Amino acid sequence: MSTATTDAPTRRTYPEYAQPAWRRLLVTRETAVIALLVAVIVYSLVRVPNFDGPLTLTYLLLDTTPILLIALPMTLVIITGEIDLSVASIVGLSSVLLGVLVEAGWSVPMAAAAAIGSGVVAGGLNGFLVAYVGLPSLALTIGTLALYRGLAVGLLGTKAVTEFPDRWTDLATAKIGETGIPQVMLLFVVLALAFAWLLHFTSFGRGVYDIGLNEEAAHFTGVAVERTKFLLFVFSGAVSALAGVYFTLRFGTARGDNASGMELAVIAAVLLGGVSIFGGRGKLHGVIAGVLLIGVLSSALRLDGVTVNVTNIIIGLLLVASVVSTSVLAWASGLTSRRTPTGSSPQNAPLGVESQGRST
Amino acid sequence: MNHSKRATALASLALSSTMILSACGGDGGGDGGDSGGGDVKLTMLPKNLGNPYFDTSTKGAMAAAEELGVEMEEVGPQEATPDAQVQYINTAAQQATDALVLSANDPEALCDAIGEARDAGTKVVTFDADTNPECRDLFINQATAEGIAKVQVDIIAEQIGDAGEIAILSATANATNQNAWIELMEAELEANHPDIELVDIVYGDDDDQKSFDQTAALLQNHPNLKGIVSPTTVGIAAAARYLSDSNSKGKVALTGLGTPNQMRDYVKDGTVEEFALWNPEELGYLATFAADALASGDISGEAGDTFEAGDLGEYTVEEDGSVLLGEPFRFNADNIDDFDF
Repeated sequence: MSTATTDAPTRRTYPEYAQPAWRRLLVTRETAVIALLVAVIVYSLVRVPNFDGPLTLTYLLLDTTPILLIALPMTLVIITGEIDLSVASIVGLSSVLLGVLVEAGWSVPMAAAAAIGSGVVAGGLNGFLVAYVGLPSLALTIGTLALYRGLAVGLLGTKAVTEFPDRWTDLATAKIGETGIPQVMLLFVVLALAFAWLLHFTSFGRGVYDIGLNEEAAHFTGVAVERTKFLLFVFSGAVSALAGVYFTLRFGTARGDNASGMELAVIAAVLLGGVSIFGGRGKLHGVIAGVLLIGVLSSALRLDGVTVNVTNIIIGLLLVASVVSTSVLAWASGLTSRRTPTGSSPQNAPLGVESQGRST
Repeated sequence: MNHSKRATALASLALSSTMILSACGGDGGGDGGDSGGGDVKLTMLPKNLGNPYFDTSTKGAMAAAEELGVEMEEVGPQEATPDAQVQYINTAAQQATDALVLSANDPEALCDAIGEARDAGTKVVTFDADTNPECRDLFINQATAEGIAKVQVDIIAEQIGDAGEIAILSATANATNQNAWIELMEAELEANHPDIELVDIVYGDDDDQKSFDQTAALLQNHPNLKGIVSPTTVGIAAAARYLSDSNSKGKVALTGLGTPNQMRDYVKDGTVEEFALWNPEELGYLATFAADALASGDISGEAGDTFEAGDLGEYTVEEDGSVLLGEPFRFNADNIDDFDF
């Protein structure tokens, strides 16, 4: 009743309401990544020989599918301010389990189910130790990165299992009709829709952002912080294991060292897609564009005969530039907002919303 | 804050134009290919880049390409893994390159990708490490596996007096050729050298530092070790570097497969008496002539087909579509200065 008088001016402190809707939707970090993706695709179509060939789309999607898949739960994990570095090792572990079980005479679906089950357990261990024991995820998942990779290499020893039924290896690279789009993309689309719904349209998803912005505040506003984190690590483990099954069938080989180093590719793409490493900010469509941007760049540069080292330098610079641009621009906008007399300072916003979510 | 967002978008656009400019710089090579018009275009795909062994084979391949007057490009992954190599095989398929010369990181895992490249009209020649025979057109065999295994066992047996503990320092645990050689060495030891005991096999992953550390660990774990066999050029050089500075120099014999330039110092200071290898430059040279003969339709890869390989003379395709380079060669203090690779 008496608060009505203060409502009008304070509402202006939320930047979301300071702009018309079209502007809020279009002028975002995610839109910038998508625009860059489109620009690189258009440029490659025009200038890179053979990029317009029929095989490009197929190989591009086949190559990026594991990263696309793992980036989905990784986005949610990083938005809570945690990180999961053990994903590539879970890919390796799941790949080896699939190989060992198929070699022992299991059918592929049964072995795949067991492999994904191992991912749930591996992710559950991460989640339990981070959420309930309270260990820092960065340090813990460096440990489980080594642990799961060690288990994978230990299980299979020095050999590789390559005897998978053709029916399943063919399915991993099968295309939808004449489109050149791999069928595995259907699986990705289903999972992407599920994660987008979970993150952007449920109270669970709002809890994910709340935890990233201010864990303590989230706790006091009724977010089940521990359960949310635990579930996210379980999702991360399960999807990584699923990616491991796909990886194994696509290349037809189960090896302990499969997907070594992929965790960095996933995290790089997630950060490029606009997710803040400090948590609380990021959108799934930006991440998907980020993964595809790195995929298209590598594919185009490879077709152009650019060596892998130069490709890595370019992607590395892109990532550094994307991180630097955010910080530099936040600093620059801090300078300009101080000079604007009517502009209200973001510091007036409720605790956490501004100080962590926007200025990082 | 809207300044920040707009500025972010602008910065990203600026970034994209930078990307486009930088991509422009790398475009020159691609245009050159079209101007040749009907010329044969070959792609060289080693296990990984930055490996001196494959740098040498590529040098031979480039020399052959120049002699033949064909275009050749070298591509490759940083890590010697099959999934990284698949991407380059796919790229060759997209480019419809005439022939692909590759050293396989896995005998089976590359087959689907190679199949797609062959469907796109690309001839596939493997060298150094083969895929399953049905996957490729030709394999350029550096030496028979039996010959390689035997020469290394013979050298180590001569040096340690045909008795005592030895160990093997290999490359990666999944390397096709390494594992085949190790199996044959074990068989050869059992059959002809009953007093030599193989006590350990360790893997240096063709990484200099890891091979160095593994050598140290071997000497620590097996105090009675009399010899080390390292059938990989990275491994033997790292092991020699460790031995030359350790107390075991001269007491623990080292042999294996190495290159003269890497091993020259260790042969001269007495760390290594003798080691074996073929000439990877000749291997790349021969593989390129074979790829060109396939791509231009001179041969089909059937057993009995013959082709000319420049300075190396005439070669015949054997059963299983393989071409044998020759016998392994022993390098020692007397002859090492005759070689430069």
